Amino acid sequence: PAPPPHPHPQENKTAVRPPACRGSVRLSPAAGDRASLSKMSVFGPVVKIHPVVLASICDSYERRNEGASRVIGTLLGTIDKHSIEVTNCFSVPHNESEDEVAVDMEFAKNMYELHKRVSPTEVIIGWYATGFDITEHSVLIHEYYSREASNPIHLTADTALQSGKMNIRAYVSAQMGVPGKTVGVMFTPLTVKYIYYDTERIGVDLLQRTRVAPNRTKGLTSDLSQVAGSAARVQDMLATVLAYIEDVLSGKVTADNSVGRFLMDLVNKVPTISAEDFENMLNSNINDLLMVTYLSNLTQAQIALNEKLVLL
Amino acid sequence: MASRKDSGPAASTGMASTGGTLDSPVKQIQIEGLVVLKIIKHYQEEGQGSEVVQGVLLGLVVDDRLEITNCFPFPQHTEDDADFDEVQYQMEMMRSLRHVNIDHLHVGWYQSTYYGSFVSRALLDSQFSYQHAIEESVVLIYDPIKTAQGSLSLKAYRLTPKLMEICKEKDFTPEGLKKANIGFEHMFEEVPIIIKNSHLINVLMWELEDKSTVADKHELLNLSSSNHLEKSLQLLMDRVDDMSQDIVKYNTYSRNLSKQQQQKHQYLQRRQQENAQRQSRGEPPLPEEDITKMFKPPQPPPRMDTLLIAGQINNYCQNVKEFTSQNLGKLFMAEALQGHN
Repeated sequence: PAPPPHPHPQENKTAVRPPACRGSVRLSPAAGDRASLSKMSVFGPVVKIHPVVLASICDSYERRNEGASRVIGTLLGTIDKHSIEVTNCFSVPHNESEDEVAVDMEFAKNMYELHKRVSPTEVIIGWYATGFDITEHSVLIHEYYSREASNPIHLTADTALQSGKMNIRAYVSAQMGVPGKTVGVMFTPLTVKYIYYDTERIGVDLLQRTRVAPNRTKGLTSDLSQVAGSAARVQDMLATVLAYIEDVLSGKVTADNSVGRFLMDLVNKVPTISAEDFENMLNSNINDLLMVTYLSNLTQAQIALNEKLVLL
Repeated sequence: MASRKDSGPAASTGMASTGGTLDSPVKQIQIEGLVVLKIIKHYQEEGQGSEVVQGVLLGLVVDDRLEITNCFPFPQHTEDDADFDEVQYQMEMMRSLRHVNIDHLHVGWYQSTYYGSFVSRALLDSQFSYQHAIEESVVLIYDPIKTAQGSLSLKAYRLTPKLMEICKEKDFTPEGLKKANIGFEHMFEEVPIIIKNSHLINVLMWELEDKSTVADKHELLNLSSSNHLEKSLQLLMDRVDDMSQDIVKYNTYSRNLSKQQQQKHQYLQRRQQENAQRQSRGEPPLPEEDITKMFKPPQPPPRMDTLLIAGQINNYCQNVKEFTSQNLGKLFMAEALQGHN
């Protein structure tokens, strides 16, 4: 079920260009102002993006053909009642020049078929383009995708970092203008959220750490070092909270009741068990783990021995 | 033999002979973040339960590094499209990817695993055919359950050259294996992995961190362990049962063999005696009969399965030990926290 189309969500429209064929109207006074965009209440579905989609877009941008200034591709995902979840994407070769644009439709269809084999629940929900702005060609491409999916969404990611940030925005198109006379197309922005599966979150955490490594690489740690890393992070968070408390106590920052309530929850979460009970629980757990370690060592010794005997 | 080194202290690579030098063409694997995310997504969406998901790795070889730059998943095997042409799917996929400038060189494959149980005949055969065709190929094993416990578990394995030799000759008898001097520790070698991201992806990571909320589940510090341990031990017990059955088979075989040797020996002796008697009586000796036809030697059982089971058991034990060491650390931390209260 497609989300209901919405006419004009905002009153503060500024420069409305004549609705000929170009219809990319920005609805906030300062184009690209992230703060004002996020404060706008947009009707329409929420777009939830998985990080794999964005990484894929960046990768295809890096691999673009010589002379191409942007890449486009299809977005795959699932549609819910109030949200659209984008879970996959693939890039589509296209040629763009001043006055015409050519998209390889065959390729797009083919790839979609192949993808459907693997995940039959994903459908075409829209398309993406890298770059900062919405151009006239986008309108044409959007029309094509309207044939494939009802009410497709359009995602832009500014991989050239024109404004210093990678603005990731999503749009839905709507008709505008005077019916009967010249009709144009307007792209209205949607809220974009990032959503992760649990395992994805863990993967992304690991990838985050490649940012700080000197040559952008990171090996996979193992065993206790991982627990140590996690504990260090919790320690950092505790340090931040402590700093905040110090500030409040010394009057630098006004106390906030809700934060206070959270802190109370936090302190109460450490369960108060009598020392004896805790000793018992701790010891029994440690015993279990030690026993299992002993067993596995024994098994390993056993098979090694068996091996040696066979090869005698 | 240089590779018969003691791999005991190498706790992180229980199945591999790390030693000083890996005399194989690939010494390190470099994976892009995109591949990691794709593999995670593939399992998450298509591989619930204990089914394995598989896919193909694409990339290229640079010096002694294998760079994996992209991957694509394989559909599951279902009963209703038995005539699904895997080769065609693969060819089409690679051709299409070439159009968008993605590396289309096949460098390996990946598979998910359930609690670490991936050492099987199927894996061995697949990896052997891959390595035979492409020398530097690897198999990436992704463990989703361990990843869900807090840290990405992705390992890369290749077959040792010795195992390649044996697979090539298909000589799985005990004598063959003895000649090659191969133990379960020398079947696979693990190749270290590093993850590398391009600058643009790093920018993306900054954005994501900026816009996403802090993760509210810190799975890595979770204290509960019994569920995971139970399942691991269950699998371990099954394997040990298999192993003991195998050992019984081998024992019966060797007993039969020795019994047969004895019988042969006795028969030969009786023959000689009779011949001696006949000679003393002046009669012609009995013709020498073909002994081998009378006493057919029993079939030696193939040792490959035993090797695989031993390798699998080793892997389970390694995983269990890693898990318990982590949990012990966490328990001590909890104790410290409680002590301050």
